[in-house]
Amino acid sequence: MRFTIVSALLVTLVAVAGCGQKSETAGDVVKIGSVAPLTGPQAHLGKDNENGARLAIEELNAKGLNLGGKPVKLELIGEDDQADPKTGTVVAQKLVDTGVAGVVGHLNSGTSIPASKLYADAGIPQVSPSATAIAYTAQGYKTAFRVMTNDEQQGKVLGQFAVKSMGAKKIAIIDDRTAYGQGLADEFEKAAKAAGGEIVAREFTNDRATDFTAILTSIKGKSPDVLFFGGMDPQGGPMAQQMKRLGLAAKLLGGDGIQNVNFLKLAGAEAEGAVASLPGLPLDQMPGGAAFKQKFEAKYGPIQVYAPYAYDAAYVLVDAMRRANSADPAKVVAELPKTDLQGVTGHIRFDKKGDITGGSVTLYQVKNGTWAVLETVKSAE
Amino acid sequence: MDIFVQQLINGLVLGSIYALVALGYTMVYGILELINFAHGEVTMIGAMVALAVIGALMGVAPDLPGIVIVLGGVLVAVPVCMLLGFGIERLAYRPLRNAPRLAPLITAIGLSIVLQNVAMLIWGRQYIAFPPLLPQGSHEVLGAHISTLQLFIVALSVLVMLGLWFVVQKTRLGRAMRATAQSREVAALMGVNVNSVIATTFVIGSALAALAGVMVSAYYGLAHYYMGFLLGLKAFSAAVLGGIGNIAGAMLGGLLLGVIEALGAGYIGDLTGGFLGSNYQDVFAFFILILVLVFRPSGLLGERVASRA
Repeated sequence: MRFTIVSALLVTLVAVAGCGQKSETAGDVVKIGSVAPLTGPQAHLGKDNENGARLAIEELNAKGLNLGGKPVKLELIGEDDQADPKTGTVVAQKLVDTGVAGVVGHLNSGTSIPASKLYADAGIPQVSPSATAIAYTAQGYKTAFRVMTNDEQQGKVLGQFAVKSMGAKKIAIIDDRTAYGQGLADEFEKAAKAAGGEIVAREFTNDRATDFTAILTSIKGKSPDVLFFGGMDPQGGPMAQQMKRLGLAAKLLGGDGIQNVNFLKLAGAEAEGAVASLPGLPLDQMPGGAAFKQKFEAKYGPIQVYAPYAYDAAYVLVDAMRRANSADPAKVVAELPKTDLQGVTGHIRFDKKGDITGGSVTLYQVKNGTWAVLETVKSAE
Repeated sequence: MDIFVQQLINGLVLGSIYALVALGYTMVYGILELINFAHGEVTMIGAMVALAVIGALMGVAPDLPGIVIVLGGVLVAVPVCMLLGFGIERLAYRPLRNAPRLAPLITAIGLSIVLQNVAMLIWGRQYIAFPPLLPQGSHEVLGAHISTLQLFIVALSVLVMLGLWFVVQKTRLGRAMRATAQSREVAALMGVNVNSVIATTFVIGSALAALAGVMVSAYYGLAHYYMGFLLGLKAFSAAVLGGIGNIAGAMLGGLLLGVIEALGAGYIGDLTGGFLGSNYQDVFAFFILILVLVFRPSGLLGERVASRA
């Protein structure tokens, strides 16, 4: 049995190697997948990602690409995962069956993680433009990469920022017990302690709660300077209001889960002064930001958030193909860790896990009802 | 000390909200021995309708004082929910009135899922912000903060409970309700229009639910299609704790559950030296619920069947 499998594999390998040569002579088309939610509440973000990848592919096609000495045309296949983990695996399988050479996606951590197993099994490289959950690259797949700063790096930056820049001596932490919120809060706690801050309270809520008065009151008794919340805006908004109502003077600090417009709406006037981070750089501080904005907006209209990252992710994939001189997924996967690319979003290099090294985190503060850039921090390499 | 007072206030406000919703559960149970699981969803619909009206009013007449706009929302949400309650009873419960008791329970759960999804389709999955129209000022009592809105919530639930008690004990309708609760058949033989009494019970309960929904969304500053589920579950537990079917019991159960939750979340960490954190607040609250039910299976005040309704 074992013998037959091995021999079958050998035969396939030989056949694939032979075909590789042939298909490239036939001219031709290298398919690259792009997966993001194109319907549902995140559709605008998904379309943005797809357009980012599409812009890169069109540019590369216009310049012309040679692999194995033959001209190659790139084709982008856009798929919709509806931000749903189950749909995510269905479309991932579809892309695997179509024979894509690589995938830009998915947009969400929740879809990127289950899909990454399918890509890993098929040996297809996956570069996510926007998944930040630590678990995505922690599974040990050789095929999983991302061009976005992850939650671990974000938590570290936030912890140091709280102590060093906000001058917090006593810090209280609340998290929502989700993989995201807890992961971020744990990293924050470690970094804040290491920087010399004292954690006076570690409280918990859940991602459906709306009443935090009891834990906030108990925190108030410990009079912290900064209250860190690891969670999303539906909890962060009411929390900001209840802090004010209880006369809790601590400053609210959070991650990208609350750095959005919805938090401003839910917290109302009480949002003022809150600080939160977003992985990556603001567009106008990206090395290629201004040029990208011009190119992108001429074609697709205003940029939402992650388009530059999807653009860079597509470039990273094609760059690895160029170095491998082949679109064979196995060779591309082998080349990806050696990536050293000046992208629109910054200098892209990967660590052993497939995370970007030296990624940036930007801190924002609510001023006059909008998020204003406070400071940009490069995470440690 | 001021922390303890603050936790008590937190608990009383939370408990008053539970009590307001629990009254609806307990009224229906008292008369029909039916748990109206869709009640939490009626609360949610009340909040959503009020918010839609408030949004529209702010667009049309932005200069109106905040309280008038919120009142406008309430004045639309209450009749809408009364109609909804009437419809729920007519469509989902009345046809099953003589069916085995499990059947209406299943339609209740089904209705609750339907209402959630309808709300999701109409208003979307987003959390909707409640505009800051009500006075946000807070007063200091013994070093603790209590806002005008919080005072209003506590006062409203006490008033509603007293009003309900008056209706049930002192009016003709109340007498008919109590009679229906004791025996539907005998009440009907005595000339009580059982159908209309039951329908009225649902309508009153739904009006209270609408009020509670607006209060909750104003207090927390948001509304969401899912908000009724957890609130309904907590309020139902409060009703059971106090003795389901008993109006004073719903009030007592709600207040107790709120205070236990607040004190649990506030002190459980310190009491156990950090071994158990505030994530155990619900565990703690339901542990007490189980304890009470073990020793008093019919709840704290739910002893005499005759005083139901």
